[in-house]
Amino acid sequence: MPDPESRPPARPQPSRRPWEDREAAPFVRLEGLSKSFNGTVAVDHVDLHIYRGELFAILGGSGCGKTTLLRMLAGLEIPTSGRIFIDGTDMTNVPPYERPVNIMFQSYAVFPHMTVEQNVGYGLKKEGVAGAELKQRVTEMLELVRLGGLEKRKPDQLSGGQQQRVALARALIKRPKVLLLDEPLAALDRKLREHTQFELMNIQDRLGITFVVVTHDQEEAMTLATRIAVMDAGRFVQIGTPTHVYEFPCNRFVADFFGTINLFASRVTQVESGTCRVQSDEAGADIASGDAGGQAAGAEVWIAVRPEKISISREAPVVGGFNVLKGVVWDFGYQGNRSIYRVKIASGKIVQVSTQNRVRSDARAVEWDDEVFLSWDPNSSVVLAE
Amino acid sequence: MKNRRPLFTVAALWFGFAFLYVPIFVLIAYSFNDSRLVSLWGGFSLRWYGELLRDRQIVDAALLSLRIAVISATVSTLLGTLAAIALTRMGRFRGRLLLGGMIAAPLVMPEIVTGLSLLLLFVSMQDLLGWPSKRGATTIMLSHITFCMAYVAVIVQSRLAIMDGALEEAAMDLGGRPFRVAVDITLPLIAPAMLSGWLLAFTLSLDDLVITSFVSGPGSSTLPMVIFSKVRLGVTPDVNALATIIVAVVGLGVLVAGWLMLRQDRLAAGETPIRAYA
Ligand SMILES: Nc1ncnc2c1ncn2[C@@H]1O[C@H](COP(=O)(O)OP(=O)(O)OP(=O)(O)O)[C@@H](O)[C@H]1O
Ligand SMILES: [Mg+2]
Repeated sequence: MPDPESRPPARPQPSRRPWEDREAAPFVRLEGLSKSFNGTVAVDHVDLHIYRGELFAILGGSGCGKTTLLRMLAGLEIPTSGRIFIDGTDMTNVPPYERPVNIMFQSYAVFPHMTVEQNVGYGLKKEGVAGAELKQRVTEMLELVRLGGLEKRKPDQLSGGQQQRVALARALIKRPKVLLLDEPLAALDRKLREHTQFELMNIQDRLGITFVVVTHDQEEAMTLATRIAVMDAGRFVQIGTPTHVYEFPCNRFVADFFGTINLFASRVTQVESGTCRVQSDEAGADIASGDAGGQAAGAEVWIAVRPEKISISREAPVVGGFNVLKGVVWDFGYQGNRSIYRVKIASGKIVQVSTQNRVRSDARAVEWDDEVFLSWDPNSSVVLAE
Repeated sequence: MKNRRPLFTVAALWFGFAFLYVPIFVLIAYSFNDSRLVSLWGGFSLRWYGELLRDRQIVDAALLSLRIAVISATVSTLLGTLAAIALTRMGRFRGRLLLGGMIAAPLVMPEIVTGLSLLLLFVSMQDLLGWPSKRGATTIMLSHITFCMAYVAVIVQSRLAIMDGALEEAAMDLGGRPFRVAVDITLPLIAPAMLSGWLLAFTLSLDDLVITSFVSGPGSSTLPMVIFSKVRLGVTPDVNALATIIVAVVGLGVLVAGWLMLRQDRLAAGETPIRAYA
């Protein structure tokens, strides 16, 4: 299954950012889309623009409404209110079999009584394609997902990864305007998942089809997506590029969702253009941060710093009196490529720090019970209002 | 404590099986008895089977029973399948639970009650509509369809319940209109359940006596009715032969139905969990 010759997928070029272009028309447009099931609201007034050729990820915890949103896009669920436009056409009331959209289910839903070939060809057959053309297009698609030679197999003779490819091929063969994928990789083991992530991007890049991927795995979302929408309780909390949502989360929920983050309850003391100062009793220090996030002096805020942004050392760093915390190494975990330190600072709070292990064994490495100094660049912390 | 067999369990098992099957084996053995006296063994013979074929009353009754069984099994399979699809695939509508319970009720309804109520229905229909004009094969068939349908619906429903609904949705997503999806996906996947439902309905119809007696009319006696009336005059060896044939037919039907259900369960169990990276 590994394929050394597949070229590395082309990441979206920095210039290709249609969502920053005020002129660009969205390819998929959701307007106030809601869905409730007997009173429980699954999707709550969602507005969203997705652009042509994007690989858009919808990320959120279990039960937040991701699948429901995707099913509404596919036409399998009728919205309670709101509208869906695809390529400029109102699709809100169009039945699934007439939408230029295909979905890949989390359970794959490969037809158990059909061979791989029949599964993949099903959609084309319903379009009236038959004979040599059908056969050729099925063969081409099977080559694309590297299932060549398995045409005559039944699904119960396939591995999980192969079934996943059948489901993908079956959904792609109709060249939909939008391909919807519900947790496409959740059932695969870690190694295969990482490999398949890149393959998905590769295929998406080659066919130029707009992908909307639902996932609850933040790493997967960041690897795959041009943009990520973070969802909670039926609403979008933040929409942005992977870098944006990771480095500039809009609130504590998003910050916490994307990996670990250290949060300090603080109060803004001084705001200047581009910089601000906050005082935090929890951190026991004066903290400088790049941007106040629209907060004025006196506001109660949270300062958020990612573990990898913090330097740890036994010697006091030579900086001017701010962003320096003193503590004791409380816990230490070696993970091969990096080490995780949990440092207890004066207020009793535990601060997490991670370092890259660039040297094989470092005699000067920080150990248990060492007294250490933690510091970070003012531009590495974020001010969060909530 | 070595591998000691739990004696009590084994004994209970054998006793249970003996209780169930000894009467049937006695019956089968005596059907090959040459003697006219039922309780006396007079050597092996097939003469009673030959005698059966010459008995017009029995042959007619057998043909009628078979005809009724085939038709009512077929119709009840169609109706029962439709009911099962409606109950499992139409989503949650008002009264679904009630309907689901009601469709299974004939399974536990005493036959006397079913028979009596059907008889009353037919009599009043005859008065009001003039149809069915007399009681006979038609009314028997209608009654058999009524109670067989419940069995088919329950069997097909259990198959639909374990079937992944996403299969039908996927087919629809790929451009299949609802009717095509039913033909392409639903039907092939529930076909084994429908077949086992048909076989069960067939055997139930073939050996029903109580309900049939209520709704049949003159000149339309089914096989169980003929046997019952013959036996009341005394057990004759040809009835043993007839009963043996029925046991063979019904046994085969139940066996095939059971095998089909076992197979589809295995199929369903094998296809649902996604085997990761084999
Ligand atoms: N058919 C339905 N009937 C009633 N409630 C439903 C139905 N489908 C979904 N819900 C409810 O809507 C909410 C959102 O469900 P949804 O399946 O969209 O979540 P999800 O984000 O996909 O979660 P997961 O990550 O676990 O798949 C849940 O509270 C769920 O219970
Ligand atoms: Mg889901």
